[in-house]
Amino acid sequence: MQLAKVIGDVVVTRKDENLTGVKLLVLQPIAADGSKTGRTLVAVDAAGAGVGETVFFVRGKEASFPFYPIEVPADAGIVGIVDHWDLG
Amino acid sequence: MILARIVGTVVATRKDPRLVSNKLLIARPMDPHGKAEGSYLVAVDTVDAGVGETVLIVSGSSARMASGMKDCPIDAAIVGIVDTVDVTAGD
Repeated sequence: MQLAKVIGDVVVTRKDENLTGVKLLVLQPIAADGSKTGRTLVAVDAAGAGVGETVFFVRGKEASFPFYPIEVPADAGIVGIVDHWDLG
Repeated sequence: MILARIVGTVVATRKDPRLVSNKLLIARPMDPHGKAEGSYLVAVDTVDAGVGETVLIVSGSSARMASGMKDCPIDAAIVGIVDTVDVTAGD
């Protein structure tokens, strides 16, 4: 999994039927110090996240697992909202 | 998933049989502000997208979960036509 900040949302009316009712958010991956790292991406939300929150997300087919048995066509999915993190 | 703009079409006569009657489009990935980034890719269209539209593309093995793409040899599928992208938190 990877840390990211939710920076926006995407409105998609015409879409794959298995994406119906699924929230799509724009993520900016961040490093452990909170700085931006890598390209922005769009992820499905399985944790009830919102814009401005720090989250962690999975990449790959696993992104659709929280929606099982519906096969949501997603390659990135938010699976948790971060309260805080500490570096040892 | 990534955001991309459709910039062209692909015609391929000789291809894997499981790709027959699928529409192939050329897409240019872009950031949420509409700025192009990265290299062009060919994606299978499952939502009747057209040139000039902004779309949502799912990559990798997840592309096969798009409607009608089960067991097809693809790694990028267009699964949505984007209406709007709102970036309201710091980018």
